[in-house]
Amino acid sequence: MRLMKLAMATTAIMVLGTTAQAEISDGVVKIGVLNDRSGLYADLSGEGSVVAARMAVEDFGGDLKVEVLSADHQNKPDVGSSVARQWIDQDGVDVIVDVPTSSVALAVQQVTADTDTAFLNSGAATTALTNAQCAPTFVHWTYDTYALSVGTGKAVVEGGGDTWFFLTADYAFGHQLQADTAAVVEANGGTVVGSVNHPLSTTDFSSFLLQAQASGAKVIGLANAGGDTTNAIKQANSFGIVQSGQQLAALLGFITDVHALGLDVAQGLTLTTGFYWDRDDASREFAERFAEKMNGQKPTMVHAGVYSAVAHYLKAVAEIDDDGGKAAVDQMKTMPINDFFAADGKIRPDGRMVHDMYLVKVKTPDESKGPWDYYDILATIPGDEAFQPLDKSTCPLVTN
Amino acid sequence: MQELLGIPAPLLFGQLLIGLINGAFYALLSLGLAVIFGVLNVINFAHGALYMLGAFMAWLLLTYLGIGYWPALILSPLIVGAAGIVIERTMLSRLYELDHLYGLLFTFGLALIIEGTFINFYGVSGQPYAPPKMLTGGYNLGFMFLPTYRAWVIVASLLVCFGTWLLIERTRLGSYLRAAVERPDLVRAFGINVPLMMTLTYGFAVALAGFAGVLAAPIYTVSPIMGQNLIIVVFAIVVIGGLGSILGSIVTGLGIGLIEGLTRTFYPEASSTVIFVIMAIVLIIRPHGLFGRSRE
Amino acid sequence: MSFPAGRAANLLLAAAGLALLVVAPFTGLYPVFLMKLLCFALFACAFNLMLGYVGLLSFGHAAFFGMAAYYTGHVVKEWGFDPLLGILTGAVGAALMGLVFGAIAIRQRGIYFAMITLALAQMVYFFCLQVPFTHGEDGIQGIPRGRLFGLIDLRDSLNMYFFVAAIFVVGFAMIQRTVHSPFGQALKGIRENEARMISLGYPVARIKVMAFTISAGLAGLAGATKSIVFQTATLTDVHWHMSGEVVLMTLIGGMGTILGPVVGAGVIVTLQNYLATIGSWVTVVMGVIFVVCVLTFRRGIVGEILARLGWR
Repeated sequence: MRLMKLAMATTAIMVLGTTAQAEISDGVVKIGVLNDRSGLYADLSGEGSVVAARMAVEDFGGDLKVEVLSADHQNKPDVGSSVARQWIDQDGVDVIVDVPTSSVALAVQQVTADTDTAFLNSGAATTALTNAQCAPTFVHWTYDTYALSVGTGKAVVEGGGDTWFFLTADYAFGHQLQADTAAVVEANGGTVVGSVNHPLSTTDFSSFLLQAQASGAKVIGLANAGGDTTNAIKQANSFGIVQSGQQLAALLGFITDVHALGLDVAQGLTLTTGFYWDRDDASREFAERFAEKMNGQKPTMVHAGVYSAVAHYLKAVAEIDDDGGKAAVDQMKTMPINDFFAADGKIRPDGRMVHDMYLVKVKTPDESKGPWDYYDILATIPGDEAFQPLDKSTCPLVTN
Repeated sequence: MQELLGIPAPLLFGQLLIGLINGAFYALLSLGLAVIFGVLNVINFAHGALYMLGAFMAWLLLTYLGIGYWPALILSPLIVGAAGIVIERTMLSRLYELDHLYGLLFTFGLALIIEGTFINFYGVSGQPYAPPKMLTGGYNLGFMFLPTYRAWVIVASLLVCFGTWLLIERTRLGSYLRAAVERPDLVRAFGINVPLMMTLTYGFAVALAGFAGVLAAPIYTVSPIMGQNLIIVVFAIVVIGGLGSILGSIVTGLGIGLIEGLTRTFYPEASSTVIFVIMAIVLIIRPHGLFGRSRE
Repeated sequence: MSFPAGRAANLLLAAAGLALLVVAPFTGLYPVFLMKLLCFALFACAFNLMLGYVGLLSFGHAAFFGMAAYYTGHVVKEWGFDPLLGILTGAVGAALMGLVFGAIAIRQRGIYFAMITLALAQMVYFFCLQVPFTHGEDGIQGIPRGRLFGLIDLRDSLNMYFFVAAIFVVGFAMIQRTVHSPFGQALKGIRENEARMISLGYPVARIKVMAFTISAGLAGLAGATKSIVFQTATLTDVHWHMSGEVVLMTLIGGMGTILGPVVGAGVIVTLQNYLATIGSWVTVVMGVIFVVCVLTFRRGIVGEILARLGWR
């Protein structure tokens, strides 16, 4: 064991000596999939993202030698950053992918930017990653709070839901989602009549829901995620909130959440997503292969984003024969993305991957033809509208 | 609209009622914890995990054997109680002579094992469990819409709490129990099997936790971590009520539910912390809790 | 505890320990792992001062560990303090908190003491969640390691390691000094028979508060150092799970022994590190360790060894 470590340390030193030149460090491209494997976000990222990354590697073929590693960050920034650091220092990981949970993503961003390691994020929501905290080694692939709020906020207001009450998870992500959505609502002529902050991982939402009900708002915006969102929806249902005419808008909802709730409860919910498996032949083909490896589970937008990001990364690395973080990401930025996930997607200088988003509505149990047949696509939001305009970005790479 | 304390009266009443429903849950759980402490002198940190086990049993019974809510309401607590008896007989009973600390640490480890195992098999995102048909729907009370199921929760838990209290305070068995708490040696001298009594007490008290779990299943998602945060709240309730005081735990459980309800209205961010503020204040003023007696 | 074998054995042990500290980073072990281990070992030793020598179980020590990390992170990152000064700020801050907590909680005994410290720690957790300077669930990130005395670059892992090792040695020595002083003897007296100590005229309450303050300050020293090593200060460090973890470390190693907490921290940190690949089974393994430990070797690893050797 110790001998092996020693050997690894020496190879690491040899590698350090050679990274300055353009080539694949230690001859292998190592992909580290870092996400939540046991907590709230394990279903929407977790093992599925590892499977998606492996599929991208297999499909790539090519003559690159590629390895995929995975680890659990337990949704804790300190765990995430120390795993990332150990991967880079000890295991020679060249690119870290996925990383849901904004706080962990921000912590990993510090490490990857410091060590010239590529970081392709699919799972996290915060726009800070492409604004004040952006980095030349970083790409934000799938979605962010801005895109979610634009999609859902605008569509709901245009559909007549012009008074809003927010149920907000009391932490940075929740507050940001609320602020972004409130701005969209007001810009489209709606008003926000109130909000209530609930502690993270609340089990009983009834009293918050009661406050939302008493506010008389037409729409109750759920600025939270994971178990908090599903619990709130479930309890809103039992308190007759939807039946009495108020509409729920889940600002961050995944197909796995809908699956956990069941269509009985989730029907009629509007949400914004970066990917839906049943959209066209290419997405269905991917979903089919993915489901085979995942006991029938269809991919979430995070899974699809991981596949797309890894595939694009490998193409770029093969092109320049260099797996340095900035070099690879620079190359990725020069190439358009065309696959089942994105049509003519492009990566902006601030690291934002711009692609179309979809506004969807959850089907009723009668409309659904089987498991995972959950969404009707109401509208396609073009990438340029979906994401924060580049001239509004506070990313130093853009402003300087 | 009439206003009380600066908020609309109907909203205030609604919050109080919801607080009472949560309080009923707390009472049911803290009751079991108090009984265990009173009789076995053990702080049962695994209570939250056993509550989760109750909910999961109901879900497993439904999913794999097609057994519905009503039978599960009986079966699931029995299973949890049986598990409790096994734990007590094989392991916990060896710790009675030692400091409280060891009982606490042992049950803490037990909670980690139970919760960890379920997390590995079922993940944490939770499994849905529908309420029985006859308890769906709700009543419009004018100031709020009360789901039938929540009304049932309040009735069921108050009945069970009251029944347990009667059992302990008003029956012969209860008097043996109370005597065994005070002077186990004397009770043994009268020919009563104290170890058996302790085993049954533990089994009964954790069955109460299992019962609470089944009650909770249709309201919350059935998840391996559902008891994790609850346990320290319930813990605090028992401490505020006075360790080992049965009446204290019931009254405090309901009271804390109400206070939490009010906090959610006036300062929602603090709703999960308010109980610890109360606990600290109570312990400073009354070191043995509201209803507790000193027992060194 | 005193060794019949006398000072020579103690000195030998100390020399061996120091040698191990110096050699460790050259064995190919990952330095960040070693630093983490040392931080937790110091934390567990500080905790053991209360549990092992005063007989009071604090279930809120995470508050000192975590808050110190926040203090240090803040002064180093926002105010540009030197790393050593930053760490001292964190430790002093934690000690002051310990003084306040101690004054509130000290009248309680046994399980009530555990509960009131838990209550106070939960309030600290809530405070950390709400105030802006902790940055909520993001935590304080990107704390610079900086240069020690403006000279030694701590971004270098080896420099950082020796800095942490030095802090550990100082902290550990302070605990030894406390335990073996007349003050430490008084503590043990209180543990064994409090009423007697009162009747002998010792200001028992004040002694206990003192001990709690020292323990909190050293726990803070550990947390502050950890924040510089990992360059983050987060809610994990103030959560009650952290309080539970330090109890586990102390229990496994052997409470009331000098080396027990160090060994316990070593076992737990190593397990967490190398079992990380089996995912959430780690929780189960830790639970099993807890249970086995309570049922079979309550004296802990070091305590059992000492008992076998007849040194107690």
